[in-house]
Amino acid sequence: MRFAVLQFPGSNCDQDCVHVLGNVLGQDADYLWHKEESIGDADAVVVPGGFSYGDYLRTGSIAQFSPVMNAVKAFANAGGLVIGICNGFQILCETGLLPGALVRNRSLQFRCETIFLKIPTADSPFTSEVPEGRLLRVPIAHGEGCYFADDEALAKLRADDQILFQYATETGDLTDEANPNGSLLNIAGICNEGRNVCGMMPHPERASENVLGADDGRRVFESMLRHLEAKTGVGQAATAEV
Amino acid sequence: MKAKIVITPKKAVLDPQGKTVQTALEHMGYDGVKAVHVGKYIEIELEGDAESWRPKIDEACHKLLSNPVIEDYHFTIE
Repeated sequence: MRFAVLQFPGSNCDQDCVHVLGNVLGQDADYLWHKEESIGDADAVVVPGGFSYGDYLRTGSIAQFSPVMNAVKAFANAGGLVIGICNGFQILCETGLLPGALVRNRSLQFRCETIFLKIPTADSPFTSEVPEGRLLRVPIAHGEGCYFADDEALAKLRADDQILFQYATETGDLTDEANPNGSLLNIAGICNEGRNVCGMMPHPERASENVLGADDGRRVFESMLRHLEAKTGVGQAATAEV
Repeated sequence: MKAKIVITPKKAVLDPQGKTVQTALEHMGYDGVKAVHVGKYIEIELEGDAESWRPKIDEACHKLLSNPVIEDYHFTIE
């Protein structure tokens, strides 16, 4: 499968994403500069973390007007698979591809630590390969990861099963102590109504190899792969052996 | 001529900065501080007619300068 990993001025997780998708998972992964107006023949788009445009004004606010984002919007609206990680999540919210917004952490501190994620539903192209009941241990690194949406939007997220990742304790409880940034409902990641666009604050690409301490993050990318393979009918035999 | 835009967090949004400033003011001995909200102030220098700028500034506030999900804004052009 072919992944396009966007690059904005200030992106800094783009290389990690290309490394994991290319070297660890054996896929085609290419950088896509923000001035490009097409995503070419990519099967999926990754909006990586970082500090696009220096986080000026609001995180993700300037990046939403990059030429490449018009192409990403069209791709997403046609059902294309898009994942935004950390700053990518902020950009997708600002763009309107995902509901809600990310604001300053409750503590006002940049939080850089490893957390546990509960996966409320396997019914998405981003969580299907997470075994039921399994928590994911992945790092976070952000100053503005506090998820906010108004009551109506939040009710819709719950009703439509759009909450994909929630901060939890080691035993899977959604407590206030396990919530590193004050996100409503401990939300760490969501998907859109069409379930083809996902945003998450934690960094699965930083936990996709055991040599780096954990490989739980792979499950997210493997879920995407499985979804794409099922869609195109390619590679099913290969993944069946995994 | 300038557009002077004030952007504040919506009431429902957690405003830890405002809360922290409020606590500091209370520690300094200022009694009767009910609430503090920390927002942004943006000045845009303009040329042309103020009335024709008004809808454009409103649009810019809505699309870029503020995020309507989490922020309110108001502005003057003078």
